[in-house]
Order: sequence, then structure tokens, then C-alpha cells
Amino acid sequence: MHPEAHTHPDPHAPLTAGARALRIGIGGPVGSGKTALVAALCRTLAADLRLAVVTNDIYTTEDADFLLRNGVLPADRIRAVETGCCPHTAIRDDISANLDACEDLEHDLGPLDLVLVESGGDNLTATFSKGLVDHQIFVVDVAGGDKVPRKGGPGVTTADLLVVNKTDLAPLVGADLSVMARDAAARRGDLPTVFLSLVEDPAATPVADWVRGLVKG
Amino acid sequence: MSTTLLLLADGRFPAGGHAHSGGLEAAVTAGRVRDLETLAAFLDGRLATAGLVAAAFAAAACRGGDTSTLDSEMDARTPSPALRKASRAQGRALLRAGRTLWTLSTVERELHHPVALGVVAAAAGLAPEEAALTAAYGTVTGPASAAVRLLGLDPYATHALVARLARDCDAVARRAARVATVDELPACSAPLLDIGAEAHASWEVRLFAS
Ligand SMILES: Nc1nc2c(ncn2[C@@H]2O[C@H](COP(=O)(O)OP(=O)(O)OP(=O)(O)O)[C@@H](O)[C@H]2O)c(=O)[nH]1
Ligand SMILES: [Mg+2]
Repeated sequence: MHPEAHTHPDPHAPLTAGARALRIGIGGPVGSGKTALVAALCRTLAADLRLAVVTNDIYTTEDADFLLRNGVLPADRIRAVETGCCPHTAIRDDISANLDACEDLEHDLGPLDLVLVESGGDNLTATFSKGLVDHQIFVVDVAGGDKVPRKGGPGVTTADLLVVNKTDLAPLVGADLSVMARDAAARRGDLPTVFLSLVEDPAATPVADWVRGLVKG
Repeated sequence: MSTTLLLLADGRFPAGGHAHSGGLEAAVTAGRVRDLETLAAFLDGRLATAGLVAAAFAAAACRGGDTSTLDSEMDARTPSPALRKASRAQGRALLRAGRTLWTLSTVERELHHPVALGVVAAAAGLAPEEAALTAAYGTVTGPASAAVRLLGLDPYATHALVARLARDCDAVARRAARVATVDELPACSAPLLDIGAEAHASWEVRLFAS
């Protein structure tokens, strides 16, 4: 790896900062599989990347606790941010608590390659501020219906990677993946979309590959 | 009166305030705040205690008072560890925002919120009384907007409460700005805010950071 390779211009960098970790936001509606994806990425990437996670739960530290219980990362690599009823505010309009969490992780753990920031489950309009993350992944699932990509919204249309998760459930809920693929392409132009089932691919292979490509950048 | 004052006092100013309820979540869960009437009483009490103290410290810091002295004086007035943490977290967020917008006189990254507010106000070119006003106003509007979210109160009626407190807010700011020495800094306490904050910090499920 090239730990010092990321020299992103960062207006909010700590006073003494040099290079900092790459930050990737993971957003999407409630229950679409954001935490499951974070856990999969940690398991797949932890061997070769120095990584840490920031969670933004609405009510509790549920997401952070899940990651801890599943032993994907030691406790000191996971921070939970409280969002005061407004998960989208904490990742978009007022990113201060998330910036503090990212900086504290790097301060306490030494240089990192990657910080994953999971947003609280929100609606299709919630996206991350560019002041907080370098890239963002938007996770939707097939159980919400195959209309979701067609509905669009900033998450679906502008995320650097759209993940359509839980494809294993498609036959059960009558979701047509080809419709979702067509609508996603129409909404997103050249931006990539991947279909995923974390049940069938617990390593989240296509997403992990995409992330690796960015870190090696 | 200035646009800069409005900018700094605006609830949309990205300084971390949205995640804090100013003790309101604890008061709601304890059943002390249930409706407009009990909210009005809560806001009154908060303005007269935490509001006056915050306003006086903001004015003193804005006037160029020594930040580390003011910071430890603020510590002494904040017995609850949870409230100290909340105040420092918001101070840090405000300093981050202030540092991006103006040139601050301090390199400290973490101060109690009222002290940070005074430092940022001074850097923005505001007067001590304006810093005090911003502090007093914030101690009222934070919990008021949390009440709209937590209790589903009518936002017009809630804003009407804040509007009714406008004179009191102005008076608190004037009084706070008259404090001339560290020894005169007020130390009004609100024990239920301290106790509520400690209980709140121990809950497994909560919506606000404090
Ligand atoms: N069948 C199936 N279930 C999945 C898949 N991915 C996640 N799940 C399940 O979906 C549920 C929600 O997953 P989470 O990862 O908690 O979703 P989330 O987006 O983090 O949820 P919030 O943080 O509450 O918004 C869990 O029960 C997961 O086990 C998948 O690919 N297939
Ligand atoms: Mg989650």
C-alpha cells in the first residue's frame, strides 16, 4: 500500500495535518445493508489497509455495536457520532462532529489508509458533503422495489458508486434487476452501479475492488 | 447590529449545535417538559442560569480575556462531566468553523463553547455584547428547536415563545457584557440540568448528544 499517497486538499484538516486517510461515505435508506457492507469491507480489506469506521446512528450505537460484536474491527477503530434527529444534517449541512471523529481516529491510531463513514439510514435525498468525504457509495436494496433507481434523487444520481444490494431477495419480492440496471444507467450516465448480495458474496468483492482502486489511486 | 452577528447566531451555522438539545431531551423524558407551557418555563430557567453564564463568558472572551483562565472558570461552573464534554465538543466545532471563516487569536482546538464563542466573535469583528447576545440566544433556540423535533410542538407556537423571550435575552446580554473582571463572572447553577445531563449520557437510546 501507499499510506502517504493521499494528499487531498482539506480545508478542515487538523492544524498539524499532513496527508490524511482517504474518506469514503456509505449512505442509503434504512436497512439497505450499509452496516453489513461496512462489515464485509472491513473483513476483506483489513489485512492490507489500515482502516477505521465512523457510524452515524439515529437513536443508538447499534451500528457500532454490530461491528464490534462481529469482531470485524477492534473497538478503538470504531467511533459513533450522535446526530440529534437529523442524520442527513450530520453528513451534509453540519459535518463538524464527523470531522472530529475522523480526526480523532487518525490522531489516536496514527496514520490510516481509509476511513469509512456510515450515515444513519435516511431517505433518497441524503448525500455526503464533499467537505467530509472524498468519495461516496449509495446503498439501496431490491426489497424497496425495482422503482428506486427510477425515482432518482441525489443519492442515486450522483454517488460515485451505486450498490443495489440483496439481489438474493429479488425473486421473493418480484423485483426485476434488468429494470433496475436500465434505470440506474439512465439516471447515472457513466457512473458505476454494482449489484450485490452480501448473503451470496460476504466479501462484497466488487465493492472491495472499487475501494482498493481508490486507495491505491 | 450587523450581518456578521446574524451569521454567527444563525441555527444553520455549521458549528455542531444541531446534535445537542441543551438538556431538553432529558427534561422531556423525565416528564418535566411536555407542552408549550412547560417548555416556556424550561427556557426561562435556562436563560436565567446557563444563558447568563454563557453570555458573560462569551463577552469576557470576546473582550480579550485570557482563554485558559476563562476555560478553567467555566470548568468550575460545570460540575457534570457530560455537560463539560458537550460544551467542549461544541466549542471545538465552533472553533473549526471560526478558523475557516476568520483569523482566530488562539490556536487552541478545544475550549468550552461560550469561551470559543467569544474568541470567534472577536475574530469576526463583533463587540462583547454581541457575543453575549449570540450566547444567550443560542441557549434558548437550541432547546426550542429540539422541542419541535422531540415533542412535535407547533413550530409557530414554539417560535412565539422565543419571540416573547427576546427582551429577556437582550437584558441578559446587556448584564453579561457589563461584567468587568473574572471575579464578577456569574455562577448561576441549574442542578436539574446537571443531573439530567448525567442521566442522559447513560441512556442506551437517545436522539441528541446532550
Ligand atoms: N437477504 C439479504 N439480507 C441482507 C443483505 N445485506 C444485508 N442484509 C440484511 O438486511 C438487514 C439490514 O442490514 P444493515 O446492514 O443493518 O442495514 P443498514 O443499512 O446498516 O441499516 P440502518 O443503519 O438501520 O439504516 C440485516 O438484517 C442484514 O442482515 C443481503 O445482501 N441479502
Ligand atoms: Mg447501519
